Amino acid sequence: MTEKFLSLLAFSLFVGLGLTACSQNSASLESQKLTLTGSSTVAPLASEIAKKFEAEHPEVRIDVQTGGSSRGLADAVQGLADIGMVSRSLEENETERYQSYAIALDGIGIILESSNPVSSLSNKQVVDIYTGKIDNWQEVGGNNAPITVVNKAEGRSTLELFLEYFELENSQIQADVIIGDNQQGIKTVAGNKNAIGYVSIGAAEIDIDAGVPLKLLSVGGIDASTATVRDGSFPLSRPLNLVTTETPSGLTEKFIEFAQSEKVHNLVEAQNFVPISSDQLVKTL
Amino acid sequence: MSPSLLTNWLRHYKDLFLVGLLKILAAIAGAIIVLILSFLLKEALPALQEVGIKAFFTDKTWNPNEKSYNLVPMIWGTAFTTTGAVLLATPLGIISALFCQYYAPKAIASSYRRLIELLAGIPSVVYGFWGLVVLVPLITRLHPPGTSLLAGIAILTLMILPTIALVADATFAEVPQEYLLGAAAMGLSSWGIIWQILLPVSKAGLLTGVILEVGRAIGETMAVLMVCGNVVQIPDSIFDPVRTLTANIALEMAYALDNHRSALFVSGLLLLSVIIFLAIAIELVERKV
Repeated sequence: MTEKFLSLLAFSLFVGLGLTACSQNSASLESQKLTLTGSSTVAPLASEIAKKFEAEHPEVRIDVQTGGSSRGLADAVQGLADIGMVSRSLEENETERYQSYAIALDGIGIILESSNPVSSLSNKQVVDIYTGKIDNWQEVGGNNAPITVVNKAEGRSTLELFLEYFELENSQIQADVIIGDNQQGIKTVAGNKNAIGYVSIGAAEIDIDAGVPLKLLSVGGIDASTATVRDGSFPLSRPLNLVTTETPSGLTEKFIEFAQSEKVHNLVEAQNFVPISSDQLVKTL
Repeated sequence: MSPSLLTNWLRHYKDLFLVGLLKILAAIAGAIIVLILSFLLKEALPALQEVGIKAFFTDKTWNPNEKSYNLVPMIWGTAFTTTGAVLLATPLGIISALFCQYYAPKAIASSYRRLIELLAGIPSVVYGFWGLVVLVPLITRLHPPGTSLLAGIAILTLMILPTIALVADATFAEVPQEYLLGAAAMGLSSWGIIWQILLPVSKAGLLTGVILEVGRAIGETMAVLMVCGNVVQIPDSIFDPVRTLTANIALEMAYALDNHRSALFVSGLLLLSVIIFLAIAIELVERKV
């Protein structure tokens, strides 16, 4: 009996020790883990970059979660994420608290269903349409049909950038449809030939190439395309940033360097964003 | 102890064990509800204190970035979509159950039942997607913008129809044959039998079905989010877009911080109180029936 008991004790000790050894092991792995949260525009690109980074550094695990730019900033401060993802430039009061590292450029384009005869709108017309002063396509040279205004939900940086560029308050906008992500916006506009909306140019170009009945309008007289975003002439564009609260070190630094390097330019282009060349980086930072 | 006594004792012991187990499980289920409620309260509290309960009903609009938090349009949105869908789905569901139980040949009835069950099993996002690419463009041709209260009601009706149809079917199946045979023997027409015997006898079951469909309609999120347009307003017509409480949470939760986030938990709290109110109502009504 005692013998059995002793062997049981020895066995449990052995298992216990083994478990401690395991947890120590996983603790050292823990330090090789990186968490990114934030913008749903940046997240798909960040996941692709993370996959490539993991392939080069097999001991590293990178966790990418979406939740919007504001969430990215908040999580970085609270330490819930090592890196926040923010799909706009930082505001003045934010640059004191955060360091940002641009990994790509994206533009926001105004979209219409492709059979809509309207081919360009002035900024004033866009503002009038969104505030409800113009509510029929006839007034801007289109068919006699009421305009369906598609707007983004609160808290999205696409919305913030749009409002900032057209100098609007969200409460002024008379929307007919409010959408969540780019895909919902594209589906809504493609299914309604009298709708007007705005989405990431990258997302729109992918779908237009795939045959979705959609067209991008020029903004301020400049064509909306990845090409004009690339040469910096498109006015409604934004940097996609990785942000940290402290000067990055160790794994964080390594990942940010990797995300800014030319090794990921093909990934950036595959998502229809515009890569930032190293001389541009020097200029913007 | 004789063997029969022993088995009796064992059986008794087993019953006790079962009762104990059920008690524990029920307590856990109850505790989870209390936990959810207290979590919602805790998260909603900052907004309730800083913004004030009154603001949720008197602010100009729902615009959290500009510090207005009016939830009334969303409450109406939820009420209109739910009521519309329940008013349409209930008669359709009951008629479909009557057809299944009393009019359809056996083979057709059983395959029809499978079809309804299949309808219940389709994920809501599939309904939503179908609504967005097929139904909404159709309504747009009728009256733009298409994404509207009408689209929401139509999709919700489809989604809750199986609930009422299957519950009604099960309820009708339990009505004793003697009632119906007796009524037939007294010369009642088949419509008379349905109207005067079957429906009154099945009242309690049908009511449960209605409450279940109301619960499902109120809680439905994805499909409604995709077809309703989500504009914060009290609709003037059935073609106006609306935003429901659930869609409000789903649209903004991932992007909300501070009071905005907390205000979304207040919408959650509102939803939960409606469900609790429904549960109490059903209890009271069932006692009376």
